[in-house]
Amino acid sequence: MATESRDYTEATETDRELTMSRAMVEAIAWEMRENEEVFYMGEDVADYGGIFSSTTGLLDEFGRDRVMDVPISETAYLGAAVGAAQAGMRPIAELMFVDFFGVAMDQIYNNMAKNTYMSGGSFSVPMVLTTAVGGTYNDAGQHSQTLYGTFAHLPGMKVVVPSTAYDAKGLMHSAIRDDDPVVYMFHKRLMGLGWMPSPSGPKTGVPKDDYTIPFGEADVKRPGDDVTVVTLGLHVHRAMEAAEQLDDDGIDAEVIDLRTLVPLDTETVLDSVRKTGKLLVVDEDYQSFGVTGEIIARAAEGALDDLSAVKRLAIPDVPIPYARSLEDEVNPGTDDIAAAVRELHE
Amino acid sequence: MVSVTDLQTMYEQMVTARHYEERLVDEYLVGKQPAFDISAGPIPGELHLAAGHEASGAGVCMHLRDDDTVTAPHRPHHIAIAKGVDLKRMTAEIFGRKTGLCRGKGGHMHLFDPDVNFACSGIIAQGCPPAVGAAMAAKKRNTDSVAVAFLGEGAIDQGGFLESLNLAAVHDLPVVFVVEDNDWAISMPKDRVTDVQNGAQRAAGFDLPGVRIDSDDATAVYEAAGEAVMRARDGNGPTLIEVQVHRRMGHFMGDAEAYRPEADIDRAKQRDSIERLAEDLRSHGVTDDELDEIRERAHERVEEAISWAKEQPEPDPEEAYENVFTNPPAQAATDGGSAADASGDADETGGDN
Ligand SMILES: Cc1ncc(C[n+]2csc(CCOP(=O)(O)OP(=O)(O)O)c2C)c(N)n1
Ligand SMILES: [Mg+2]
Repeated sequence: MATESRDYTEATETDRELTMSRAMVEAIAWEMRENEEVFYMGEDVADYGGIFSSTTGLLDEFGRDRVMDVPISETAYLGAAVGAAQAGMRPIAELMFVDFFGVAMDQIYNNMAKNTYMSGGSFSVPMVLTTAVGGTYNDAGQHSQTLYGTFAHLPGMKVVVPSTAYDAKGLMHSAIRDDDPVVYMFHKRLMGLGWMPSPSGPKTGVPKDDYTIPFGEADVKRPGDDVTVVTLGLHVHRAMEAAEQLDDDGIDAEVIDLRTLVPLDTETVLDSVRKTGKLLVVDEDYQSFGVTGEIIARAAEGALDDLSAVKRLAIPDVPIPYARSLEDEVNPGTDDIAAAVRELHE
Repeated sequence: MVSVTDLQTMYEQMVTARHYEERLVDEYLVGKQPAFDISAGPIPGELHLAAGHEASGAGVCMHLRDDDTVTAPHRPHHIAIAKGVDLKRMTAEIFGRKTGLCRGKGGHMHLFDPDVNFACSGIIAQGCPPAVGAAMAAKKRNTDSVAVAFLGEGAIDQGGFLESLNLAAVHDLPVVFVVEDNDWAISMPKDRVTDVQNGAQRAAGFDLPGVRIDSDDATAVYEAAGEAVMRARDGNGPTLIEVQVHRRMGHFMGDAEAYRPEADIDRAKQRDSIERLAEDLRSHGVTDDELDEIRERAHERVEEAISWAKEQPEPDPEEAYENVFTNPPAQAATDGGSAADASGDADETGGDN
């Protein structure tokens, strides 16, 4: 292990620009070099390098024993990751699309998430479950969900959602070193894949050295006085774009990237809401019983007197449809965010 | 024995399916060149083409009626064509159009056609349990319908498949499992993920018959499937069949197949089940002119379906809120959800985002 990790707050000018996928892989490779107990398993993670380039180059450096292609048996290999973690190793297991959680939910929910608690703390499960999330490329209802709320809802797992290369690397170092199970949800649209163009935001400067980003620290991406916009993942970039548009009209939006859902940085949200009095929460998950409701509830509990208006944008409780016109309708866009902020500002 | 007419019908299904996939390559690449962008062009999203799998769909579905159920995986076109799914509406669905089989909600991995009892799942092996359910319904209702679940060899390690084998066996259900072994599960060769030589061996552990067909010979598939379907129809329970097929294209469009040895790609292309069947037909006295005629008819049908699909309207955005429920609740859970009136029709006012 690296003796001491620096807690960077920002990339410096000397850093290289990396895609989110490169940054994520760099952290994994670093940890694998430092710690023999770290290994990676999943479908198509060896020769293919991960369908979404989550493991590019790892096979060449570490070989098949540590970068393992596994059968299409998610229950078996995710459960095996739990067992290996309980035996003291630090497995990283990839669920190719988060939508496939259904076939292995028992291992995730009843073993990975609960064994620490149910053993009265006598076991820990220091594993990382990496998984690709999100839509916007017309892959329909079984391949486009984020399911942020589903995972954050179940106690016992830490849930991480990077939106930039810088965060992807620091959060991955933290995830692998954490003694608890961490669900690391990377958005396909942000990975910088040649075949699925990313917006410009996620590609950032990334330090060569290792560094950790502590869980539970939201990032204020853009300070503003008028309206608070709380979001995560892809929608951080949509919100930033909307904030630029709004700025031209003299509306000053503050954009907060949650970065981790469990633990959740309630304080940063409350501080912002106390200042602006207006809260918009934007999420790419289903609307009901999810992230938007949770953030609004915490704002109401902690800063009710300061709140004058609240709104949320999310997938309106329909499965994600295939056709472009339909998916565009249900996935909140930049214009939807700008319009919602305007409404709140009135 | 398979009749020459049946061989000709299979040949027509197979050339239709092959030409369909080849034409979809062209259509899919529109708007995606020179830089490949999965979300661009008239057919966005993933596209898994089945060139090289045709013998399995055709040989099995020859024995099926409209009231028999078929479930297919993420690579479904050749099976859908052989099962008699409406080609025009299927194509419109792939183009994401309003008049598509699923009104643009499903796309190519999720084709549903109740007229011929055809359904898909994009989740590996998860078409198996619903096929068992269709067989269960047939048995309870004393019909002689059967169900067939198609899956890839990569799916034989999945619980959904193994549990289905057991459930079907213990209740003697009229279901046939058809594994299409194309040697690859995306980039993973079969021997990296399982120690059995062939998927049909899985049957023994559940005490049901397992049949392996070592080549993608449509006639051999026809014969094995005929026995299995008859066994199911007669109330004698399930059968597992594995057919060796070949993946002539990448796993999905855009897959450069860097992981796959050149020789394997060449081998897959050389073993052409369609050419083999053409040879068989010639040996039965069918002339080249007759074969040409079949091919032309198939090509025309495909062209017609594609042009029809491309003329179809796109869904209106408000349609996104319809069909969540068959009986939509009067008060939807969210502002954006569909509210329904008393007659149960979906409200088209749509959401606020
Ligand atoms: C439960 C689940 N895990 C993983 C995937 C991703 N996936 C889609 S196709 C595929 C390979 C399937 O291989 P096989 O069953 O042999 O079918 P083929 O593609 O070769 O026709 C995988 C892993 C999935 N759709 N569902
Ligand atoms: Mg296969």
